[in-house]
Amino acid sequence: MRFLDHPILDFNSKDKKLVSFTFEGKTFNGYEGEPIAAALHDNGIKKLRISPKLKRNRGLFCAIGKCSSCLMKVDGIPNIRTCTEPLKQGMKVEYQNIKGDLPEVMS
Amino acid sequence: MKDNYNIVIVGGGPAGLSAALEASKYTDKILLIDENLKAGGQLIKQTHKFFGSKNHHASERGINIAQELIKSIDSDKVEFLSGVSASGFYKPHTLLLEDKERLYRVNSDKFIFATGASENIIPFVNNDLPGVYGAGAVQTLMNLYGVVPGKRVLMIGAGNIGLIVSYQLFQCGVEIAGVVEASPYIGGYSVHAAKLRRMQIPIYTNHSIKAAYGDECVEKAVIAEVDSRWNIIKNTEKEFDVDTICLAVGLTPSTELLSQAGCDMVYVRELCGYVPKHDKFMETSISGVFVAGDASGIEEASAAMLEGRMAGLKACYDIEKFNRSEWINSISHIEFELKSLRSGPHGEKAVNGKKKIDIQR
Ligand SMILES: Cc1cc2nc3c(=O)[nH]c(=O)nc-3n(C[C@H](O)[C@H](O)[C@H](O)COP(=O)(O)OP(=O)(O)OC[C@H]3O[C@@H](n4cnc5c(N)ncnc54)[C@H](O)[C@@H]3O)c2cc1C
Repeated sequence: MRFLDHPILDFNSKDKKLVSFTFEGKTFNGYEGEPIAAALHDNGIKKLRISPKLKRNRGLFCAIGKCSSCLMKVDGIPNIRTCTEPLKQGMKVEYQNIKGDLPEVMS
Repeated sequence: MKDNYNIVIVGGGPAGLSAALEASKYTDKILLIDENLKAGGQLIKQTHKFFGSKNHHASERGINIAQELIKSIDSDKVEFLSGVSASGFYKPHTLLLEDKERLYRVNSDKFIFATGASENIIPFVNNDLPGVYGAGAVQTLMNLYGVVPGKRVLMIGAGNIGLIVSYQLFQCGVEIAGVVEASPYIGGYSVHAAKLRRMQIPIYTNHSIKAAYGDECVEKAVIAEVDSRWNIIKNTEKEFDVDTICLAVGLTPSTELLSQAGCDMVYVRELCGYVPKHDKFMETSISGVFVAGDASGIEEASAAMLEGRMAGLKACYDIEKFNRSEWINSISHIEFELKSLRSGPHGEKAVNGKKKIDIQR
């Protein structure tokens, strides 16, 4: 959920560019350059990961790249910290296979 | 990215920025890195006006202080890289860096670690359920990106951070079900608590969180009264229909890199965790390796900025030729400011903590 009116901050800048991305195959919108996790939250997606051992749902916790609760597969690459990874047009975001697979093509 | 840096600074919060700013008065070829997208650390989320004396940026909003610092950085002298993490420190004075594409190293004689802090978590049933956030995470979402985490929040912790973030959530149109505090007293400043009371937000002292429930995300929170040793008292439970639980239960210094580097570390309760021993110039037990800000013990932004300046100034000393009296003047000035900042009851914890890790050189 986004809010537009804030007593101190301005989130209505015209420079913000709306882009589309997919999450688990479905298309969503977000703003270019914001963290992927913020765009997912705006779209009501809070479950970001499944824990390796006990298979428990995990969400965003620290949002500054320290806790590993938000690791996902982005454009085929696993273990991406979605809290610090900027959103780009056409990104493919998915749940990862617990620990993450080795991507097919490494450039 | 060049090869030869005079100084490498890890962390672009108030401590790292101040270190860069101070050092750039005397030298160049400074590298400043941060793993987040924007510089400014915790400061860029603080929409409230700061406390303290005018000398220490009081009554300015954190976001504005951060902007000022960032604007003053001279890009000819300081190269700033965002989205880059430091992930290891090796002998002799080599730092391992990584971004999304590559892993590489950087050498320098002087390193300043201003890595800040990470948020604490407390034990309760289902504390890993999506919808349980650190207060800083909620602030990041809301004050940097304009996204709120949910509709109705239960805040855990009535220190300044808990009180301030509750108020900031309210400003964004989120309902606060209550603020829960295990101790009998509200730890934060009374001005912040009064703001919440005016909005009729209940503050439950002598209470703690017992459990969170929900299928995929938080749907309900259960709190209960605690005794003086913070044990839960039976049959005192209260339930709240909330979709978000926000933890403002303290910070721990982020010192993994310093510890891995081999600095002498000490657990100091007053400084909230393991911190590196350091001298009054912020130099650790490893020569040429400095620490500054929350990474050297949890305090406030004003202390972080002064410690950053001290480390930046000392790091230059061996690189550039100083006029000795000018140098002593600058050092004593920062020392004096730090002392006055830590005088009074609020600084007692820091003063006692710092005594335990002091290196006399
Ligand atoms: C809600 C809240 C309210 C506050 N209110 C006040 C107030 O009123 N007055 C006041 O003085 N202070 C206040 N503070 C405290 C103040 O914000 C912090 O003390 C201050 O930001 C600490 O500065 P720092 O530079 O040490 O760390 P930080 O601001 O945490 O910055 C550390 C930086 O290092 C980066 N980093 C960490 N590890 C790595 C790595 N391995 N590689 C690359 N980069 C890394 C991080 O991304 C971060 O940007 C408040 C804090 C909070 C959370």
